[in-house]
Amino acid sequence: MKKKLVLKKDLPTEKSTPFIFSPENEAKIPELLKRYPEGRQASAILPLFYLAQRQCGGWLPPSAIEKVTEILRVPVIRGYEVATFYTLFNLKPVGTYHVQVCGTTPCMLRGSEALLSACKRHLNIECGETTKNGAFTLNEVECLSACVNAPVVQINDTYYEDLTEEALIKLLEGLASC
Amino acid sequence: MPKLTIDDKEIDVPEGMTVLQAAEMLGIEIPVFCYHPKLSIAGNCRMCLVDMEHSPKPIASCAMPASEGMVIRTQTPMVKKARQGVLEFLLINHPLDCPICDQGGECDLQDISVAYGGDSSRYALNKRAVPDKEFGPLIETAMNRCIQCTRCIRFATEVAGVPELGATGRGEDMEIGTYIQKAITSELSGNMIDICPVGALTSKPYNYRGRSWELSHTPSIDVFDAVGSAIRLDTRGREVMRVLPRQNDEVNEDWISDKVRFSYDGLKYQRLDHPYVRQKDGRLAPVSWDKAFEAIAEQLRDIPGNQIAAIVGDMVDAEAMVALKDLMVALGSPHIDCRQDGAKNGSEPRCSYLFNTTIAGIERADFCLLIGTNPRWEAPLINARIRKNYLYSGFPVALVGPSHDLGYPVDSLGSDPLILEEILRGHHPIISLLKTAKRPMMIVGPGALRREDGATLLCLARQVADKYGFIHQRKTTIPDPWNGFNVLHTAASRVGGFDLGLLPGPKGYDVKGMLDAAAAKKLKAIYLLGADEIDMASLKSTFVIYQGHHGDRGASVADVVLPGAAYTEKSGTYVNTEGRVQRSLKAVSPPGDAKEDWKIIRALSEKLGHTLPYNTLEEVRARLVEANSLFEELDTVQRAPWLPFGQEGKISSESFTAALESFYMTDSISRHSITMAKCEREIAQGAPHG
Repeated sequence: MKKKLVLKKDLPTEKSTPFIFSPENEAKIPELLKRYPEGRQASAILPLFYLAQRQCGGWLPPSAIEKVTEILRVPVIRGYEVATFYTLFNLKPVGTYHVQVCGTTPCMLRGSEALLSACKRHLNIECGETTKNGAFTLNEVECLSACVNAPVVQINDTYYEDLTEEALIKLLEGLASC
Repeated sequence: MPKLTIDDKEIDVPEGMTVLQAAEMLGIEIPVFCYHPKLSIAGNCRMCLVDMEHSPKPIASCAMPASEGMVIRTQTPMVKKARQGVLEFLLINHPLDCPICDQGGECDLQDISVAYGGDSSRYALNKRAVPDKEFGPLIETAMNRCIQCTRCIRFATEVAGVPELGATGRGEDMEIGTYIQKAITSELSGNMIDICPVGALTSKPYNYRGRSWELSHTPSIDVFDAVGSAIRLDTRGREVMRVLPRQNDEVNEDWISDKVRFSYDGLKYQRLDHPYVRQKDGRLAPVSWDKAFEAIAEQLRDIPGNQIAAIVGDMVDAEAMVALKDLMVALGSPHIDCRQDGAKNGSEPRCSYLFNTTIAGIERADFCLLIGTNPRWEAPLINARIRKNYLYSGFPVALVGPSHDLGYPVDSLGSDPLILEEILRGHHPIISLLKTAKRPMMIVGPGALRREDGATLLCLARQVADKYGFIHQRKTTIPDPWNGFNVLHTAASRVGGFDLGLLPGPKGYDVKGMLDAAAAKKLKAIYLLGADEIDMASLKSTFVIYQGHHGDRGASVADVVLPGAAYTEKSGTYVNTEGRVQRSLKAVSPPGDAKEDWKIIRALSEKLGHTLPYNTLEEVRARLVEANSLFEELDTVQRAPWLPFGQEGKISSESFTAALESFYMTDSISRHSITMAKCEREIAQGAPHG
């Protein structure tokens, strides 16, 4: 088994365009900070990253990481450690629809591998890639905690359960046309 | 005091100690990678696993607090197997490139693998590859070798105070790196090379230059600042190959600054290896020692003593200073000064020019007032102590002087010296904090002492110290005396010079006076002993004798150049800013005809007809003790009694300015170091690499 040498966690080499929270999101920040005991405000890094990722259309640009660390007064590298640790933060732009196929044991036993290869075939991309038109990004993820209705695919915020290959392709076609 | 048993030996340990530390106290060795006594505990390498009774699994001894009744075993079959397992895992992704790795021969992973590892690996797949990182001109990286102990991350974050390093990614993709690839902006970054237990971080200037077993080790003292860090000079033949710290918990702990660690290449360039005499055509021609001495004797014959002056540089050893002082007295000159920078202190009681709190004492202080100082550049290891105290107890630090990023929060009060008067009169808001402090300390730095009103400022600082309880004199009611008044010097020779009285005598000129007198042609001859940091332009019509090791500013204007020895080439005595007398040993010989400095002065004195009464190093050292009995006791701080000093006066409202413009190039050695020039460009000025 030869793995391609992928330097996927390459650190940013230059500053991207500055990121600012939208007024609605800005208003949510004090609320999020208040959830943590005094002096432990840095713990709000996950909800703030999540907020920033939502605002940026599903990914977390370096400028957003810098902004959040600035708000929380922690060194940028601490923010970068967190952002690269959690697979839920996307450090590259994602398509309009982020297709996340669960590959953990129950889903695998119920046919997730076939679902994944069907997606690859249909969208003509590999895991971690985005279609040329920017509509779909495909990823295999760990347990989405919906094993009861395996196999499961998460597309943006919605879970699609008990899927078959045909149902999934139909779903993707439907999304592509809207 | 919990009592525990380790390998059938009982031991009482203080509360809060770990099993590993308890074992160390018993002399039982437990192998470690991520644990470092001066850093926080990470517990991620798992190398220190030991067997604990009633525990089904082995425990990480570095992270387990020692508690009452514990029974620990470090030599059971389970421990042996656990260690072999950990090492087998660590070696899965560690390249076996020891033959070309600079760490080879002094590598923890190598040693521990030999001592505790198994004999083979069961892993047959490809090892992971990690791209190397760019850490600047001092640190070479080979990240394939990294075992992710995170010592470097913890060092940067905790000790150096530059949280620039981190571990990104997870699992197999975890890597150590910076956020944006750039040089690490710390004056202590070289210490990461020492604490790296493998060859992932190695010294860039030393890269592929030598193997650890070829080097001879000589204990020495750092002369690039007044901290007097303990160092070890590693030499091969006549060359200094590298400089490493020696542990001295009272001064530098395990660390040294990048300037002493990396400026050794400056010892190879622009060295004075011959005596030179300036010819009629204005060129310096190499001559024999006799000719050089004759040239001096001829010039000085007709000059009265009070028209001869001497200035002592910042890296001069006490032996040379006492010899020069004796010579100047014999010549009848009162003009001698060891304060090249024009500092205004030194003539008053010893407590007025020492770092009285002591460096280790910083950890006991609970408030710090910095006056005209930037300890990060002037004494990086003192700054590291202040930061250490900040880390453990939130040490509040206030600064009067130009603000600078010191690596910990500083309450910058402004750089107007009149603030000190406000504090003394009790009108400044900082008073409320001062009054609650039990053991406050202040550090008066060169930025204050160098000013025209330096002596007055020192007196003002003393008054503040007296008024706000910086000083607790020993009394029956106060068993724990405290002296929070500190002067921070930047020159290694300074306190020794003060202790030996290298200060202007009656009607003697100080450095500024000498330069003015020289410009006005009232001074006929001047002896520069390693003094390069003065304004040489005033010395045009004066007969200049320069004795030193580098062809730097002083040699360029000299009429006679006497080649001396650099700190690596002589056995010298230095007194650090605390007043600690320390001795270095000679590691290599001086180049060419260069000689140890006191010998040059002794030989010259004979030619001048004032033969100094010592012929051996022992005799010079006996003279040192005779001049000041403090020189008898080595390596301990001899505390100075608190005596009144200073003269009240008016201080100018001119703002404090920074004493140092740069950290990396401050003296004749570091100015000739290519490595320091790279640091100046890439770290201090942030120019891109290459």
